Amino acid sequence: MLSKRIIACLDVRDGKVVKGVNFEGLRDAGDPAALAKRYNVEGIDEIVILDVTATLESRQARAHTIAAVAHEIFLPLCVGGGIRTEDDAAAAIEAGADKVSLNTAALNNPDLITTLAKRYGSQAVIIAVDAKREGDRFAVYARSGQAGTNRDAIEWAREATDRGAGEILLTSIDRDGTKIGFDCEMTAAVSDAVNIPVIASGGAGTFEHFAEVFGAGHADAALAASIFHFQERSVRELKAFLAERNVPIRR
Amino acid sequence: MLEGQAPFEDASEHKGFVVIALVDYGAGNLTSVRKALAAIGAHAWTPTVAGELGRAHGIIVPGVGHFDSTRALTTEWRTAIRTMVDDGVPLLGICVGLQWLFEGSTEAPDVEGLSLFKGTCHIFTEHVNGRLKVPHVGWNSLSMPRQTRLMAGVKEGSQVYFTHSYAAPVVDDTAATCDYGVRFSAAVERGNVAGVQFHPEKSGDVGLRILSNWIADAV
Repeated sequence: MLSKRIIACLDVRDGKVVKGVNFEGLRDAGDPAALAKRYNVEGIDEIVILDVTATLESRQARAHTIAAVAHEIFLPLCVGGGIRTEDDAAAAIEAGADKVSLNTAALNNPDLITTLAKRYGSQAVIIAVDAKREGDRFAVYARSGQAGTNRDAIEWAREATDRGAGEILLTSIDRDGTKIGFDCEMTAAVSDAVNIPVIASGGAGTFEHFAEVFGAGHADAALAASIFHFQERSVRELKAFLAERNVPIRR
Repeated sequence: MLEGQAPFEDASEHKGFVVIALVDYGAGNLTSVRKALAAIGAHAWTPTVAGELGRAHGIIVPGVGHFDSTRALTTEWRTAIRTMVDDGVPLLGICVGLQWLFEGSTEAPDVEGLSLFKGTCHIFTEHVNGRLKVPHVGWNSLSMPRQTRLMAGVKEGSQVYFTHSYAAPVVDDTAATCDYGVRFSAAVERGNVAGVQFHPEKSGDVGLRILSNWIADAV
């Protein structure tokens, strides 16, 4: 049976993990490669590097980070944040990323999805959708949730799929950082609307939240950062919990 | 060579000596495979012309994406690969590379596979009919119908990473199966020809083990 994936997100700036990391015994807590290695031992299914810096100099730093992480783990590796052009994507993939995640760039230039899907295959193209509840719809925002787009999350997810996206990374702006749980209703609405995997993000605070998003949320994968970083709860514990709830996971 | 006739050799015995031809026909990026091979002590290079294949201890046909891209493997390449296989050089197809070892795929009906294994690859939607998402992306478990060198030491139920929409049928040469609405060939092995539908280079320790098993035959 296909397992539900647990994906760890590393927020990186200038080659360092910027969100608080609290792994016991991890000497250089800000080192993305050391953290990825630790996650690998813990049984993580996939790693996302979210590199928010996007200046020309930082592109080299990003390539270095990707190569360092890719050297440590033999797991799927996705890179997002600041992938604006085909060249950015090519540099990330050349450095060792298996997938790139596009957000604002895809909204500004949807053709980029098709271009990258043709060049690297759909499996390499993840569309990150940041959405917020507005009345009875889910509105898409660009620029890290700062700019409205007049797009509806369900319609945009469908369009991205048609254009060649391989997965949707759906973040609830309302829930992000709240630790009150994923937006299961929104996740299920998007997941049911497309025939490609949907990764839920935003709001994970407890292990129960993961069980909810894999159940009622119809999510194929769930992404989290701070639950592992701040609460010192391990991926292994989470997987044991989910296995007990009969959620198919890799152990 | 039939199973059981060759003692299992540890890949480390060949550390630094095994040279693997990574056939680049433009189907996606080869960085991950190259990196995984380096991790188990093999050196990978990408031949620019089919004639260079002669110095390979083993040949890998990797690939993600569309079956149509295997069109780039012209008669010259096909002949060179077949000749090497006939000489006993191990061949491994990964993902689309495995599919190419079969007779063809409905993804590109006019493109012929190498036909080393019987059968044609089909898209999952023909079987799963909307009940499951396509592509099949993520970690899924393996079942081994028989003992093979490729899957030696890999436990029943071990999970590996898949990302594909088309799959090969289960045949006599199937070394591992996986179930996604339909049971398909996750791995095949006959003599020195092997293939994996999953990505061993992305499948953690299990994947490296499988690559090591295959490398052990490349001398």
